[in-house]
Amino acid sequence: MSDAREPVTGIEVPINLKYEFTAGAALARFLSSIREGRIVGQRCPGCSSVYVPPRGSCSRCGIATEEEVEVSDRGVIESFTIVHIPLPGNPVKPPFIAANILLDGTDMACLHLVSEVPTERVVVGMRVQAVWKPREEWGYTFENIAWFKPVEGA
Amino acid sequence: MREAAIVGYVQGPQRRYAGAANESELIMPVVGEVMRQTGVTMQDIDFTCSGSCDYLQGAAFAFVEGLSALATVPPIKESHVEMDAAWALYEALLKIWTGDADVCLVYGFGKSSPGELRSVLTLQLDPYYHVPLWPDSVSMAALQARALLDSGAASERDLAEVVARSRVNALANPNAQLKGRPTVEQLLAEPAFVSPLRRHDCAPITDGASAMIVASGDAARRLCARPAWIRGIDHRMETGILGARDLTRSPSARLAAERAGVARGRVDLVELHAPFSHQEIILRRELGLANEVPVNLSGGALAANAMMVAGFDRIGYVAGCILEGKADRGVAHATSGHCLQQNLVAVLEA
Repeated sequence: MSDAREPVTGIEVPINLKYEFTAGAALARFLSSIREGRIVGQRCPGCSSVYVPPRGSCSRCGIATEEEVEVSDRGVIESFTIVHIPLPGNPVKPPFIAANILLDGTDMACLHLVSEVPTERVVVGMRVQAVWKPREEWGYTFENIAWFKPVEGA
Repeated sequence: MREAAIVGYVQGPQRRYAGAANESELIMPVVGEVMRQTGVTMQDIDFTCSGSCDYLQGAAFAFVEGLSALATVPPIKESHVEMDAAWALYEALLKIWTGDADVCLVYGFGKSSPGELRSVLTLQLDPYYHVPLWPDSVSMAALQARALLDSGAASERDLAEVVARSRVNALANPNAQLKGRPTVEQLLAEPAFVSPLRRHDCAPITDGASAMIVASGDAARRLCARPAWIRGIDHRMETGILGARDLTRSPSARLAAERAGVARGRVDLVELHAPFSHQEIILRRELGLANEVPVNLSGGALAANAMMVAGFDRIGYVAGCILEGKADRGVAHATSGHCLQQNLVAVLEA
């Protein structure tokens, strides 16, 4: 090749798409409750499993879930990972602990942060409790809970 | 080749806006109903396949969340196509033909209302040369319509006649979104939307879901007194580069129809997935349909066009007519991409 120009190795093609996200009927009720500081899931009429956040259906039985159940803001770490790599767009700075937390009275873990504990002390099975942000910061989001911390004295 | 037939099909309501319903809430009613009608339970289903596109509602892995609508304990064998569910049906048929499955659940869902559909569909184009220009789906269809009008193969009146017939046919379809009795003159008096297309020449934006049970020979006969046998099905694709195509023709649709065996017998009805009125004219020509064959008795995509479902619904509608004894042999077509880029044709018989 006699072409001396630099090869093109990439181009920038910005993509902006606007959406009006719809959470779904079940999740919308969950978000309305958490705005008031309550965690509300749904119980399956078939297998009695309780889901938080609820999806409006039981993925075990494939049927609609209607009954709403308020659950505790305490639970147990089912699995966790210590994240050392910063993720683009993630406001949480590493290292941080992302954990699957099974809230008491529920049957499927939900994902949240664990903090106020040295990373080397986190273990599967550790009991944790929610650390809520100040009430005036609450919105329609699971982020009303800043993170979970070990239950004192547990 | 093993025989395969559609033994049940359910279409949900087709609406401009499905409200707060998420994907599982859209899917659950149609999957539940098709299983109730056929007497099939999740334990009877060997393979499940769905068609949807996460870009439509802007929710990552929405197709995985959609699985919450199914009973997935004990674990199921499942697959997904980022395409119209007509191609999910094709994947299910492959499982049946190869002997991997006897009873399959196929469903499609599309919720376009949260996003800007015309722009979302631009992302189907080549990402380097075309997407940066952001041509939208209606404008590209308008280019095709203009080419067709300029070729002399159709007039604006022909387009309006397609729309008028769709609206009238849709009156008999309780799920249709757009229906009525407009005259051709009324339609022609409407202003241009993206010239030469008027608004009514374009399919509406629709939220919806549909589900189907398809089964191998013996299973189909056991589940259903009059299955809709899939006697031929074929899909073909053309380049995504619009400038490299003659937009007035659809060689891929012609070839798919030929391979599916459309011409091998009398055709009682045809459902063509034409999201724009002029595309029905192109497809009629390529499929070699006689003038008297009824086209889009359901109203077609101009009456309701849930993305990733509307092609599947064409097959479902023809199957429904056979299951109910209203027809003995029908042809269904599904399309994907811009300007009829990809086409699937199926021949169904009693």
